Amino acid sequence: MIANTCEPEAVDRQQPYALDLRERTFKISHLQILDEQCNLDAEREPDLSTEDLIRLYRSMVLARAVDDRMLKLQRQGRIGTFPLCTGQEAASCGPALAMTPKDWFVGSFRELAGRLLRGEPIENGFLLFNGYEEGNVFQGGERTLPVSIIIAAQALHAVGIAYAMKIRGETDSAVVCFLGDGATSQGDFHEAMNFASVWQVPVVFVCANNHWAISLPREKQTHSQTLAQKAIAYDMPGIQVDGNDALATYQATKDALDRARAGGGPTFIEAVTYRLMMHTTSDDPSRYQLPEQLQAWQARDPLIRFKGYLEAKGIWNDEQEAGLEAEVRQQIDDAVKAFEARNDFKPDAPFDHVFGTKVPRIEEQRTEFLDHLREESTDAQ
Amino acid sequence: MRNKLNMVQAINLALDQEMGNDDSVVAIGQDIGVNGGVFRVTEGLFEKYGESRVIDTPLAESAILGTSIGMAVAGLKPVAEMQFSGFSYLMFGQLEGHAARLRSRTQGAISVPLVVRMPYGGGVRALEHHSESREAMYGHVPGVKVVIPSTPSNARALLVSAIRDPDPVIFMEPKRSYRAFREEVSEEEHVMEIGKAQVLQEGTDLTVVSWGAMMRPTLQAVEEVQDQRGVSIELIDLLTISPMDGDTISGSVEKTGRCVVVQEAPKSFGPSSEIIATINDNALMYLEAPVRRVSGYDVATPYFGREPAYLPTNGRIRRAIEETLDF
Repeated sequence: MIANTCEPEAVDRQQPYALDLRERTFKISHLQILDEQCNLDAEREPDLSTEDLIRLYRSMVLARAVDDRMLKLQRQGRIGTFPLCTGQEAASCGPALAMTPKDWFVGSFRELAGRLLRGEPIENGFLLFNGYEEGNVFQGGERTLPVSIIIAAQALHAVGIAYAMKIRGETDSAVVCFLGDGATSQGDFHEAMNFASVWQVPVVFVCANNHWAISLPREKQTHSQTLAQKAIAYDMPGIQVDGNDALATYQATKDALDRARAGGGPTFIEAVTYRLMMHTTSDDPSRYQLPEQLQAWQARDPLIRFKGYLEAKGIWNDEQEAGLEAEVRQQIDDAVKAFEARNDFKPDAPFDHVFGTKVPRIEEQRTEFLDHLREESTDAQ
Repeated sequence: MRNKLNMVQAINLALDQEMGNDDSVVAIGQDIGVNGGVFRVTEGLFEKYGESRVIDTPLAESAILGTSIGMAVAGLKPVAEMQFSGFSYLMFGQLEGHAARLRSRTQGAISVPLVVRMPYGGGVRALEHHSESREAMYGHVPGVKVVIPSTPSNARALLVSAIRDPDPVIFMEPKRSYRAFREEVSEEEHVMEIGKAQVLQEGTDLTVVSWGAMMRPTLQAVEEVQDQRGVSIELIDLLTISPMDGDTISGSVEKTGRCVVVQEAPKSFGPSSEIIATINDNALMYLEAPVRRVSGYDVATPYFGREPAYLPTNGRIRRAIEETLDF
């Protein structure tokens, strides 16, 4: 009760009255460990094993190759519309590498790269974007929420999960919630930031600022200079990282997760990156995107940078690169084959999963549905 | 043991019992903790179960449901309170987009066992947005169950079932009935099955179906007609709006051949329309008169000055019953 009468530190009665007195002087820290020219900030270099570094690189290469193959499959009519992740691999894989299997992965729809690193099968993406819910589940995916398409809605789920962890006293796990720059305009985003902060729950928001929400550029999405500063209003740590620097996205997420698991509460990380391809296969960025901007960001490709880092460390060479390319190609070929061979899609599966209990009204409709299906196939003969 | 309780006390009892039985049950909402809820439904729970299980939230309905979904996914059983159903539309996106779909989205790998309680309905001279009856909006969402109790006793029993249900349940509480009367409420295991209507009295000449706050004027109208005309009326309390118990309704109409449906909600696209469609599907040839609806109107629920003329009264219900009998 007394707290209400105390002056918060942020209020300064000594300052002269002025409408723009608000702290123009706030600073947002920016983390970059590996720059575009592959220069390394050795002091900040994460303590990662060769195995983990290669796993990180491999996932980014795999995601790029899957994106590329899926685009071809889509253009050939072999899968449906899907969102591309090319260019954003570091913003997704770095955080995913910082997570343990006990942490919850709560994503939106452009985190293919992080999902692959976390062990989701390639086939899942094909299934999901060819219209089958089967693509949303996988063995070992108990703490991975499926693709969430409604923008920012998942941020609240992440906070709820983190709340459950907190009251159960789980100190070895936290939640990483992925979202994009467009999400920061949604009410659910602000509600999630507020609840996370009031409750001080173990959640890390990783916001991939890829500069576009379909056709709306970042500067029209928000007047704020950075997305990271939005955290200030919630008294939550908010930092910006080079989202194309996998070492930086890893390290920032790792630090935030350590803090969260130790009871230090939520963190907001803005990962500055760029969507190098269309929003989804239904989109044509040439209607709104400036070619110069695209070219500038192509030069900051996260894969090229990370490969240069591995080479400079002496743990990667052309032979390994060729080997990885062949391996990835084979893996994707196998997944396409397995996906296209599947014919076990139970037509009335939607009726199995309306409720966890049998409901007469649903069962009646299942019977109707199956009757209609039989009639349709009789008609077709 | 049996105690005479009003509906507020009966709902409180259900919450208390389930929170006592199961550590994973949490209550979440605005002003539900220290304040005990604006209708005092959660009174005493904060003191008993503590602030981590009786969660006073910031003022944001979408977040109350959105975080409840996360809690449910992570193994808790949240019972969320929307302070008034008129504010619940702010959480509709989370309900339709996620609570209702996570099970089907993941083919059963993830379920969302949660309850959203909300006082609904008119008759308490309240401000705008505090008097609507919009159960049809929730009933239209696949994957969501919608329950409306009508008495202290069935409120307790159905809320217990709702909390134990593996899926999202919208539990709409007729606030007009909150403190309107008391009845004996069993504290023992008395659980009512969601999805089942209750035949309150059997009859042979006409079926009346209603639910929630409309049960009281309906019962009064039924008694008046029976007394005056010596007819035998079957009275059904729907209790679950969705999934609707079509068998009980159709079975009754097959027997009586006449039916009146009483709903507080606007006339079009409401549960009464679905009830008539169900009769059409299953018992049309048994009808001896068109099924009549007594309902609100397709207008904004008026401010309370004009509310008495908007809400169905026992007079309107009685006349509909008589006209259907005389058809």
